[in-house]
Amino acid sequence: MTDKPSLPVVENFSRRAAVKGAFATLGAGAFVAAVSPLRQAAKNSSAAEFMQTHYTELSPEQKADVISRLEAEAKEKYDADVTIADDRPIAGTKFVYAINLSVCNGNGKCVEACHKENNHDRDTNQSYIRVLEMPKGTMDMEKGSTTYSGAVPKDDKFYLPVQCQQCDEPPCVDVCPVKATWKEEDGIVVVDYNWCIGCRYCEAACPYHARRFNWKKPEVPADEVNPNQSYLSNRIRPVGVVEKCTYCLHRTRRGQLPACLEACPTGARVFGNILDPNSNIRWILENKRVYILKEELGTKPAFFYYFD
Amino acid sequence: MSSVSAPSPTNQPSETTSHISSYPKFIGRSLWLATEGSLGFYAWMTMLTALFLVGANAWANQVAGGMIGTNMTDQVSWGLYIANFTFMVGLAAGGVMMVIPAYLYHDRKMHDVVIIGELLAIAAIVMCLMFVVADLGRPDRFWHLLPGIGKFNFPISMLTWDVIVLNGYLLLNLHICGYLLYMRFLGRKPNPVWYIPFVMVSIVWAISIHTVTAFLYCGLGGRPFWNTALLAPRFLASAFVSGPAFIIVAMVLIKRLAGVGGLDQPIATLTKIIRVTILVNLLMVASELFTEFYTGGSHVSAAKYLFFGLHGKTALVPWTWTAIGLNVTAALLFLWPGLLQFRWRPLLVAACCMAFVGAWIEKGMGLIIPGFVPSTLHEIVEYVPSQLEWKVTVGIWAFGLMIFTIAIKTALPTLKHPAEH
Repeated sequence: MTDKPSLPVVENFSRRAAVKGAFATLGAGAFVAAVSPLRQAAKNSSAAEFMQTHYTELSPEQKADVISRLEAEAKEKYDADVTIADDRPIAGTKFVYAINLSVCNGNGKCVEACHKENNHDRDTNQSYIRVLEMPKGTMDMEKGSTTYSGAVPKDDKFYLPVQCQQCDEPPCVDVCPVKATWKEEDGIVVVDYNWCIGCRYCEAACPYHARRFNWKKPEVPADEVNPNQSYLSNRIRPVGVVEKCTYCLHRTRRGQLPACLEACPTGARVFGNILDPNSNIRWILENKRVYILKEELGTKPAFFYYFD
Repeated sequence: MSSVSAPSPTNQPSETTSHISSYPKFIGRSLWLATEGSLGFYAWMTMLTALFLVGANAWANQVAGGMIGTNMTDQVSWGLYIANFTFMVGLAAGGVMMVIPAYLYHDRKMHDVVIIGELLAIAAIVMCLMFVVADLGRPDRFWHLLPGIGKFNFPISMLTWDVIVLNGYLLLNLHICGYLLYMRFLGRKPNPVWYIPFVMVSIVWAISIHTVTAFLYCGLGGRPFWNTALLAPRFLASAFVSGPAFIIVAMVLIKRLAGVGGLDQPIATLTKIIRVTILVNLLMVASELFTEFYTGGSHVSAAKYLFFGLHGKTALVPWTWTAIGLNVTAALLFLWPGLLQFRWRPLLVAACCMAFVGAWIEKGMGLIIPGFVPSTLHEIVEYVPSQLEWKVTVGIWAFGLMIFTIAIKTALPTLKHPAEH
């Protein structure tokens, strides 16, 4: 090796350059071979999907195109005929949830209903709801268990279902580097599954374990797919993005109740519009001694718990 | 200081030849130099290439099959990649411990070799960016992060701050190193106006990259283990251990393998720096542990899990005690005055390696994972990296070492024959 910056002699140069060039070509070829699985991944996502802009920037025509593309994909990949709507918030609505912990008996029907309603991956038995079995006499989650089994309810236990609290100060929204998640006017925190880059910062920021990541492509048998879908809620999610409870906006924005509430056999769950003075939920919030989870964090949940 | 390598006048852009023709020549010349070397050099580069290819293949499989190939879960949603990312930011910032003595205190010997620290910063930042991309569920949507064409949640999301400071630091160091090496190639004296202001900015910037990276974690109220004001200072202290430790080992190797002289005094300076920073770091760890364990309560669960295990789950315990053992042993060695003696050079290298690995565990697996265990619903889901994650990680390290090796080779003429002061 020479220290002199002058160029080496030509004949030596050309021979060595040829050898170096050959090795560089070999290396480049090996690299292309090494990353060849990417071709498979590219097949699963279209150019239109790659170019799609943020949900809030789609024109009505673009939105219609996106939705028909997603419906076609559901047919192609899941062999399911689905309808994807674009349900928007209803003016004068702010959705709030409450659970009566004196009544909840930990039967887990809400967990199961969520799983089916929201087209969750079957293998991983995914759901937006987790239920903690807690010993009576404490509110410390440290003493609870999410993996309880056996007949419920147990005498010395109470049951605490936790799902997205649709916070008014959502830390998950603040941390998102690409604004793929935001809070809508009716209080529901949503994710644009076609904009999320999958960094999972929101999963780290959420104090309620409300967010889920699609570690694999969700698998749902064709006959089990819930065809009644919405763009921002239960349409089948792409792999590699984050998702969360949307208070079943594809139902609640159409005047129905969330699937978890309908499935609950105990009547522990109450859902409604807090802005409606005659609503059941309003009566509960005004008359029961309600509390919220992790109040000290200042997240201001729109999800309340109470005992009779 | 000799100055034998007076560049031949052919490289000087005359009135007629401009930078447009001489800059590509410089790049070509650098590439040529960087690929010249002994059999050992070729063996080293071949090994790194092979490891990198294994990593690239593993990553491609991860993208094709989904991140189910990692052992991360919804409970422990960041793992080995983000652990390494955090550590590498520190390594990038650590190079500033050469820049400060060289430019602020006019340490001439350090000034002659300061480019080693700046080149390390470049390699480390490239690795940081690779670890972040490896961690993305949708790397194909990377463009959503680009200001202008994507949707950049600045200034609310700390991650956007990190994107800015990391890329800014990369550009700063590329400019400084590129300018100095190019001027050297042209045989001109570098004009201070074109690099000194950038060097000064880079000093502040180095502090900022690690502060912002700490803010990513410590701003999360739902994660008590990270939610401490001590995190950013701790990050900086351990960065100023791991960075100088890596550079000392690199210098010992550069001296032995490439015959570069004048490195003993910079090595001594860096050793003295580690003497202080390693103790500051240990002091802060102790302060953190006292606060956790003396206070008690559920706040301490993550620390309990990390050091002693929780409810019979002990996956991190061996990691953390290894780190403590390495850090304390390294600190004792650095405190011993004899470590600077030339005959104890192997021991200095060993102490640096211990401090480096200790910081890697402490800031990686020992910091990221306990943030998630127990989870926010107090579930204890353990995490051990999968084989795929190790492959990708090793691949990125191999690529980073390749960049560093090539960069050092390019800078060897400058290192061997520093310009007159």
